[in-house]
Amino acid sequence: MAGLIIDLEKCIGCGVCVKGCSAGVLSVSGRKAVIGESCVLCGVCAQNCPVGAISIEKRKDAFFNIDEYHDVWVFAEQREQKVLPVVFELLGKGRQLADARGCRLCAVLAGGSGISKQAAQLFAAGADIVYLCEEECFTFCMEEPFRALLCKLIQELKPEIMLFGATDFGRSLAPRVAANSKTGLTADCTFLEIDSKSGLLRQTRPAFGGNLMATIICSHHRPQMATVRPGVMAAPVTGNGRTGKLIRVMLPEHIDNRVQVIETAQIVSAASIADAEILVVAGKGIGSSKNMKLIYELAELIGAQVGVSRAVVDAGWCDYSHQVGQTGFTVSPRLMLSFGVSGAIQHLAGITRTETLIAINNDPSAVIFNISRYAVVGDCVQVLNELIFQLRQDDRGSKQ
Amino acid sequence: MNIIVCIKQVPSSNEVRLDPVTKTIIRDGSQSVINPFDAFALEEAVRLKERLGGTVSVLSMGIPAAEALLRDAMSRGADRALLLSDRAFAGADTLATSYALSVGVRKLGGFRLIFCGKMAIDGDTAQIGPELAEHLGIPHVTNVYEIVEASESEVLCCRNMDGLRQLICVSTPAVLTIAKDINQPRMPSITGVRSAMTAPLEVMDTVAAGVERAWCGLDGSPTQVLSVEVPKRSSECIFLSGDMHEQVSALKKLIREEL
Repeated sequence: MAGLIIDLEKCIGCGVCVKGCSAGVLSVSGRKAVIGESCVLCGVCAQNCPVGAISIEKRKDAFFNIDEYHDVWVFAEQREQKVLPVVFELLGKGRQLADARGCRLCAVLAGGSGISKQAAQLFAAGADIVYLCEEECFTFCMEEPFRALLCKLIQELKPEIMLFGATDFGRSLAPRVAANSKTGLTADCTFLEIDSKSGLLRQTRPAFGGNLMATIICSHHRPQMATVRPGVMAAPVTGNGRTGKLIRVMLPEHIDNRVQVIETAQIVSAASIADAEILVVAGKGIGSSKNMKLIYELAELIGAQVGVSRAVVDAGWCDYSHQVGQTGFTVSPRLMLSFGVSGAIQHLAGITRTETLIAINNDPSAVIFNISRYAVVGDCVQVLNELIFQLRQDDRGSKQ
Repeated sequence: MNIIVCIKQVPSSNEVRLDPVTKTIIRDGSQSVINPFDAFALEEAVRLKERLGGTVSVLSMGIPAAEALLRDAMSRGADRALLLSDRAFAGADTLATSYALSVGVRKLGGFRLIFCGKMAIDGDTAQIGPELAEHLGIPHVTNVYEIVEASESEVLCCRNMDGLRQLICVSTPAVLTIAKDINQPRMPSITGVRSAMTAPLEVMDTVAAGVERAWCGLDGSPTQVLSVEVPKRSSECIFLSGDMHEQVSALKKLIREEL
């Protein structure tokens, strides 16, 4: 059985491990670290220990013959017969990984009749091989046929690495495929690279609502699988006339048919703030519900969408479809103006991908300033009024 | 309609700091609470039970202290509980966790639906539901924000898929992962708290559960955490200077540049 091991000869009883223990089970007794019950083997102590006295022993298993596994695969997710942008981001990264491993980059493309037309852009974006399955059952985003196809292909062709976009569909499909293949899956990665020594895929992802970045490996199981957050990796510059090999694959013999889509419709308000380029965000610090109209006014003036903190939703000043943060929407605007948001960690988790954050708060020590590019310390309502006034004056000036 | 709800104990705060001197991670001691998404899953199951009859069982894998969490769930309407607790479960990634839960589900038996929260707020993986369904060989639907109709043989529900609303019919048994705000979870009732104290709660170790130990915990986890760090954040915030008018002028200029 796996376990935490403390080398008592090395341990100096400094207690650093106690502070970082996620389960609160470490203590120092008689100048040595002691493990209590209920250790969850998170490994933080082993990393923290200044003298390298703590290690985790893990049983190695030889379930997979990893030498049989080759190539980097990308799941070419499509919606209404169009390949999603995240797929090109994956191909860009996948190309680097494949070159580092000296192997091929392959895409798996499945869709209804006519999907084969999409293969050319996958080659242009770096794929050497496209495995194509053109069948009506792939017209809709349903997990069962995709699962059956991917599980079959992995069993037969044994890829070393398999990447999915961390879309809602990708995050539903990939775990099924991983569990079927009895391999690991790292969710929502923001950084991938090949370890130059071991050749393993190093997968980095945020955890604890973005408060920690964890780097994860999958040493003895294959494929090494990850879902990758859309929008964080660069799409490649597509090569002119670059081509590859198109391989048609057969539909699996058995596909479960236990889930059916009765109807599909756009959810109107939900997607808008998540995709917003410019956001004006209001926190409880704007003072009262009547000041929301200033927020809307400013947003309209600069062509922005409106987001709010959870406290504002809880106070009933705005509805949930505008909530930004861990339990609301994750946003990635080019510009965010944040008024009266103190910066609760759950809120910050939803805005870490903002390019330029300008925060306005009357408290100079507000946490939000720690991650802002620019700060205005002042009364939010005064700043709002003055800013709206000045913007309008410019508009008037430019019209004359 | 017999429903199993999987719940997870998570820290009440996500706060982690980096010790500026030793560069090591400090997690400020915090209470354990039910994963917020699981609270919605539990409430939804209890509501279905109230409409259609049947039972709600809660299942968790965790340290012995998670028993309190399961008692709390029973005070909010669950009928019985199973806790999988053993040092051999420690260090589990999603594959090993979902495997252990699948064994727990089989131990409980006789279910038509399994509810999980959409994800847990500490790990943020959202993988347990689909992986559990795969171990059990049953269908799953993620991110369900409305259950329209449910019978013993099928469930009609809505899920959010990247901004698309899909109305889905799934045959049971099935795993559903529940989105937040599908309902307003209830507070425990006084009678609920009382009956929860004596309600059936079983704790099983790896032997009692009959799990394959090599597939559990760290040993059964294909993935392993190589390192964790606190992400660097920009500390170079520029404070605009001058009086209100001047600050806003500078602000306006910045906005114009970005537009």
